[in-house]
Amino acid sequence: MDWPALRVSLALGAGTIAILLPLGVWFGRLLAGRDFPGKLLVEALVTVPLVLPPTVLGFYLLVTFGARSPLGQAFQAVVGHALPFSFAGLLLASVIANIPFMVQPIQRGFEAIPGDVRDAAACCGLSPWQRFLRIELPLAWPGVLTGAILTFAHTLGEFGVVLMVGGNLPGQTRTLSVAIYDRMQAFDDHGAGVMAATLLVVAVVTLMLTTALSRRASLRRV
Amino acid sequence: MSEPRLSVRLQQAGPIPLDVEFQCDPGQVLAIFGPSGSGKTTVLRAIAGLYRPAHAMVRSGAATWTDTAAGIFAPPHRRTVGYVFQEYALFPHLTAAGNVATALGHHPRAERRQRAAALLGRVRLTGKSDRRPHELSGGERQRVALARALAREPSVLLLDEPFAALDRDVRRHLQDEIDTLRRTFDVPLVLVTHDVEDVARLATHVLVIEHGRTVACDEIAALMSRADLSWLREAVGLGAVFDAVVARTGARGLVEIAFDGGTLLAAGHAAVAGARVRVRIPAREVILATREPEGLSLHNALRGIVAGIHRPGDLDVATVQVAVGGVTLLADVTPDAIDRLALSVGAPVFALVKSVSVAVLGQAPLVAPRG
Repeated sequence: MDWPALRVSLALGAGTIAILLPLGVWFGRLLAGRDFPGKLLVEALVTVPLVLPPTVLGFYLLVTFGARSPLGQAFQAVVGHALPFSFAGLLLASVIANIPFMVQPIQRGFEAIPGDVRDAAACCGLSPWQRFLRIELPLAWPGVLTGAILTFAHTLGEFGVVLMVGGNLPGQTRTLSVAIYDRMQAFDDHGAGVMAATLLVVAVVTLMLTTALSRRASLRRV
Repeated sequence: MSEPRLSVRLQQAGPIPLDVEFQCDPGQVLAIFGPSGSGKTTVLRAIAGLYRPAHAMVRSGAATWTDTAAGIFAPPHRRTVGYVFQEYALFPHLTAAGNVATALGHHPRAERRQRAAALLGRVRLTGKSDRRPHELSGGERQRVALARALAREPSVLLLDEPFAALDRDVRRHLQDEIDTLRRTFDVPLVLVTHDVEDVARLATHVLVIEHGRTVACDEIAALMSRADLSWLREAVGLGAVFDAVVARTGARGLVEIAFDGGTLLAAGHAAVAGARVRVRIPAREVILATREPEGLSLHNALRGIVAGIHRPGDLDVATVQVAVGGVTLLADVTPDAIDRLALSVGAPVFALVKSVSVAVLGQAPLVAPRG
């Protein structure tokens, strides 16, 4: 078992959620709201990381983060080291790759709230902010939770993007999924097996949690 | 002190055409009545600030909520509106008490629980305050929605098809309840419905709209005695509505009711003597005679005068208005009958009404006396 790799994987999952959750809630609610010009394009862009091969995504991220790009130069100037092949670069890539996993369930969650219920909240005297915190967010909660869980699970399993952007630096950018590949290359079937089983268990538990939550949510809407 | 009257004027060409203007005083119940898709709900939404017509003026007492000409628009949460939505729109994640407490934001947090409990008691839901909406029956949900609307301490109460999803018994109960609450709260009440019984039971004033445009707007007895409202004729049938007082009860399964024009016998209602009631007599249940008939099973032969005759060109039914004292009854007859009886305006006539055709609808909504 490659413990540093597990630690990197968990840190990456937690970090991705920490950054993406607030953004996802904001963005999911925006997309669930009324139409605006360019909404179709925005929705397509949100979904695109889902359908692109991870290597394509990784390629573009690498180019965007590179020492010759404005983002890469700015990061280098502020932090002192390059963005690619660092944990920060990996985290940023992970956030971008996970946008659809976070945003879509949250958007569906907000969309499921009947218009009359929102209107009733307004007629009860709740300000837009109170409406969001006391009515909309609790009602969209199953979607938010699903988004967070899917993001976490997907981060643990991500391989292509991690390898392209993060490389394979032990303790820094080597995640569990990359470590499995590593072990296999080294004919360490046992080591790879233990780690693969770990990821399998995490994935199954995640899916069970998601199903249970969405079932509870649908019960509540009777 | 300015009177907390609701005054509304809405105009736009599209996408939903609107041309409506009315006032509603505290204690009055204005029923917006019309076919589905005629823009009734849109009118309520515009009052609540949930919809913004192109040209609009909405005032409640001294407060101007909408004035498109002056660029004034108060968002919904700044309008003291109690709104009961068609499907109740309760918050599914909150208990009955939680739903009501949500509209109590203008009271200190510590008091909200107690006030919510009191309001739920008022709509007879004590003991169900910890239930969530999906654990309540349709009628109970409706009452929670009503308590939530009242919790806002509204200066206007808006009810959108409040009885549509309920069966007959529950409906009757709730009509009584709303009528009682209305008296205690004394605010303008605007009710959207497509059911004539709701109108006859609760309204003091009626606004008939079709395609968003006002067809008629008047006090209920005056409006319901009009013979020329074609939508009303087609949808529910014409019929006079007026207030009366129960004079005597119990005699051979009949109730004697006194109205401004004489007395009527109605079949079998367990009314209390002295109670004010609403009466509706459908036009197609009234027979006209030029002489007082004898030897009929009929109880009511009311002496009156033909006040008007309306013959819609395309129909083979004519409607005759008969003034009986201060009340105008309607009778649907054939044009042939008008010719045979030689009926004309001013002619004396008897309106014959079976006691079972007299619909006695609960207690009449009392219009609170004003200034």
